[in-house]
Amino acid sequence: MVIGVVGAVVQVVLVVVGAPLLVGLMRQVRARMEGRVGAGVLQPWRDLRKLLRKEPIAPHGTGWVFRAAPLLLAATAVVVASVVPLVTTASPLDGAADLFAVTALLALGSVALALGGLDTGTAFGGMGASREVTVLALVEPTILVSVFALSVRVGSTNLGAIVESTVADPMSVISPASLLAAVALAVVTIAETGRIPVDNPSTHLELTMIHEAMVLEYSGPDLALIEWASAIRLSVLLGLLAGLFAPWGIATAGAGLGALALAAVLAVAKIALLGTLLAAGEVFMAKLRLFRIPELLAGSFLMALLAVAASFFLA
Amino acid sequence: MSGTLLAAALAVCLAAALAALALPSRPAVAGTGTALAGGLGAAAGVAALAGHGWQAWLPGLLPLTGVRLALDPLGGAFLAVTGAVAACAAVYGIGYTRHGSGGRVPQATTPLFVGAMLTVPAAASVGTFLLAWELMAITSLVLVLADHARRDRVREAGLWYAVMTHLGFVAILAGLVGFAAAAGGETFDQLRAAEPEPGVRSAVFIATLLGFASKAGIVPLHVWLPRAHPEAPSHVSALMSAAMVNMGVYGVVRVGFDLLHGGPRWWWLVVLGLGALSALYGILQAAVASDLKRLLGYSTTENMGLVLIGVGAAGFFAASGLPGPAALAIAAALLHVVNHAAFKTLLFLAAGSVLHATGTRDLDALGGLRARMPYTTALFAVGALAASALPPGNAFVSEWLLLQSLVHSLPASGVAGAVAMPLAVAVIALSAGLAMATFVKAFGVGFLAKARTPDAERATEGPPTMLAGMGAAALACLLLTVLPTLTVPALTAAVAVAVPGAGPVAEGDLTLRLAGISGTISPLLILLALIAVVAALLAGLRLTWRRRRAARLWDCGGGPMTPRMEYTATSFAEPLQRVFDNVLAPESDVDVTPLAESAYLVERVRFQAAVPDRIERRLYEPVLAAVAAVGRAATRLADGSVHRYLGYGFCALTGILIVLAVMW
Repeated sequence: MVIGVVGAVVQVVLVVVGAPLLVGLMRQVRARMEGRVGAGVLQPWRDLRKLLRKEPIAPHGTGWVFRAAPLLLAATAVVVASVVPLVTTASPLDGAADLFAVTALLALGSVALALGGLDTGTAFGGMGASREVTVLALVEPTILVSVFALSVRVGSTNLGAIVESTVADPMSVISPASLLAAVALAVVTIAETGRIPVDNPSTHLELTMIHEAMVLEYSGPDLALIEWASAIRLSVLLGLLAGLFAPWGIATAGAGLGALALAAVLAVAKIALLGTLLAAGEVFMAKLRLFRIPELLAGSFLMALLAVAASFFLA
Repeated sequence: MSGTLLAAALAVCLAAALAALALPSRPAVAGTGTALAGGLGAAAGVAALAGHGWQAWLPGLLPLTGVRLALDPLGGAFLAVTGAVAACAAVYGIGYTRHGSGGRVPQATTPLFVGAMLTVPAAASVGTFLLAWELMAITSLVLVLADHARRDRVREAGLWYAVMTHLGFVAILAGLVGFAAAAGGETFDQLRAAEPEPGVRSAVFIATLLGFASKAGIVPLHVWLPRAHPEAPSHVSALMSAAMVNMGVYGVVRVGFDLLHGGPRWWWLVVLGLGALSALYGILQAAVASDLKRLLGYSTTENMGLVLIGVGAAGFFAASGLPGPAALAIAAALLHVVNHAAFKTLLFLAAGSVLHATGTRDLDALGGLRARMPYTTALFAVGALAASALPPGNAFVSEWLLLQSLVHSLPASGVAGAVAMPLAVAVIALSAGLAMATFVKAFGVGFLAKARTPDAERATEGPPTMLAGMGAAALACLLLTVLPTLTVPALTAAVAVAVPGAGPVAEGDLTLRLAGISGTISPLLILLALIAVVAALLAGLRLTWRRRRAARLWDCGGGPMTPRMEYTATSFAEPLQRVFDNVLAPESDVDVTPLAESAYLVERVRFQAAVPDRIERRLYEPVLAAVAAVGRAATRLADGSVHRYLGYGFCALTGILIVLAVMW
């Protein structure tokens, strides 16, 4: 129990501190591959520090929803970071939330931000919110059906249970069901975190932006919260992907402090590796047209459905 | 005890109706009476759930069979929900007297409607059930028509409702009377004991399913719902959408599980399929609707679809010999009925407040209400959070339970289950996703940002009774969110009626632990964790007491933006409408009028876009057109000639005599 609490604290601290570094790493990888020098891995933290020192802004005609949205987004991201098995499967909050709840919490954060965008009353805010919830609605079936495929083998949707069962039976990772679910979840992770080819995090062109349009009116500490929360969501989702399909090294219920330290190092390495791969992939890819995104998501949904079918018929 | 309470509730209903006819201050009298009756009805339901059963036979009330009433935990669950909804709606109705609902007839009919709805789950014979059912249909029809004198659309909605509800009644009548004939008696006890042939059982189930589905607003029998629910006065909409539609579910569970003791798997696959279709179609229509109350009506269709998915899955598992998952699925369905009733009451009442304050239900004409109606905005937000099935909202818990029951049955339920259950999960997921989009639109466009019309700019909060009615419903939502474990004993008792021999479905006081499978969730802990992080961030960043500088919105340097530049509900839903273009089949019409001098100079362009209900357009309109054509053709038979009429009579008589002579 004590180790579980320590593990949960360790992974929350890791994510809270490390998430902006992951974003910095990904930007640096992209910069180097595109032949630029890059601003360095620490740049996102410098940006956050600067934003946090600025004065909070209340744009005309905005209300409490606009102010509460960044806080709620950050809160959902941190709560998810404490539940997901990145370092330990024995988080004390593990029983409070399973994979369905994690998905719903992430969706709650997106919904809060969409409402914040609508509250500004500008065309940009509305446009971003409308696009964001459209993508969100289409992502949902893939996630839940993948969860279904993963939980059939274990008999539980509890994240800790799924990870522990994979650790106990490593061969199950290369089953067709697991591989198909991995591909499906990878696609929705990209969609949820707003990376290329679904959304371009560095765009400010109104025809293409989704996430950036919603947060256009935010500045100062509010913007810092949003940037920070987005980074946390990215690292938690990459960590979740790593935990579900390559869980080796994660500390299970009976592990000691040494195992915990090793797990922390491995978690950082896995997330950094996935982030690097994602950034490298983005260099070679263009953003999809907004109305081609449903086709991509329909493809990932099909993968998820095949994963369930495989878990039943090939079991 | 439960019987005394129910009898008191029905007596109060009658007294309130009479008082509303006779006394001058009608809304206060009828509202108080109905609220009291609702409270008593809810208490009777809770007593029945706690195990205080009751039976009564009143031979004098109805010729031939008499009225037979009985309360068991299943009926008690629906009785409690109905009573609680009625209490909230009645308190609200005291202040809500515009739009024709303040008149003598609507005020006297509301308590009768509530009384009829309280009688349906307590009916214990076919005659009593049909009587209460028809009374419920007629009183609600009168209430839908409350504003008929001023608006054409109310009359149209009333006509649709009257026809659909009576076709449904005919189906239920045929099913139950056939069942009673096969069983040799009309009390529910006799029906339970009877063992009709499989063909008769299937015919009874399908006929009653059609009738009950039409009452629950299940696609493709839903067409009356998005018309009638919006046109009724808002507290009546709440009663209809949160309490009356549940009776359809009650009927399916009572007849399918309790009276027929379950059936073959194809029955339940039909139920599951109808539920899935309704969930998807309902929420898709809601996602593109821009009339707030119509949107809520379609959302009712969606939620009843989700409930039927649970009921269908439960029947399917029971028929596959899996009582554990069956109990879980039916518990999820019942919990969703309770949760849906709580948040839909709240949402319809809040929509009524908006209508009361602005005179419009069109989201494209609203906006900016958060400044003028802060309480209604906050209350609507609570309801919208629940309706989008997000934590911490109450519907999240029941949808989670529903997903758990579907996920954990896979290896045991065979190939049909392996195909049906993943698809059902996908349907629930997509409908949850679209529900998020729908309610972000309803709340974000309707209540946030800037007012789009002067009416929305002048909105004011309604009287305290309206706020009290909404507040009570919001409290129920909150309680169901934080402590879903409180409902477990009640659910266990009600489930035991449907799936005999099922043990407790879950346990735990703060964390909901499912029995039999490993699934735990604690909405309270999630909520507390969220609050803790928000508090830590507020304190850490000193956001609460740092002064915010007012600043201009980013307007691309083009000067201040007008409300006309805001995103509207229609534009918000446009991407979704485009994605689901093939299903929704939106219609648009561009009308270009050129100048008289030249065809190349445009005088004006008129653009019209609408998303009609496709099922109505493709299924009902051809049938209606055919009926109308037959009717017109038949007028030629009646040309006014007495000789011809005598001839018809003669031919008919001869025909009957010949048939009788041949048959005997």
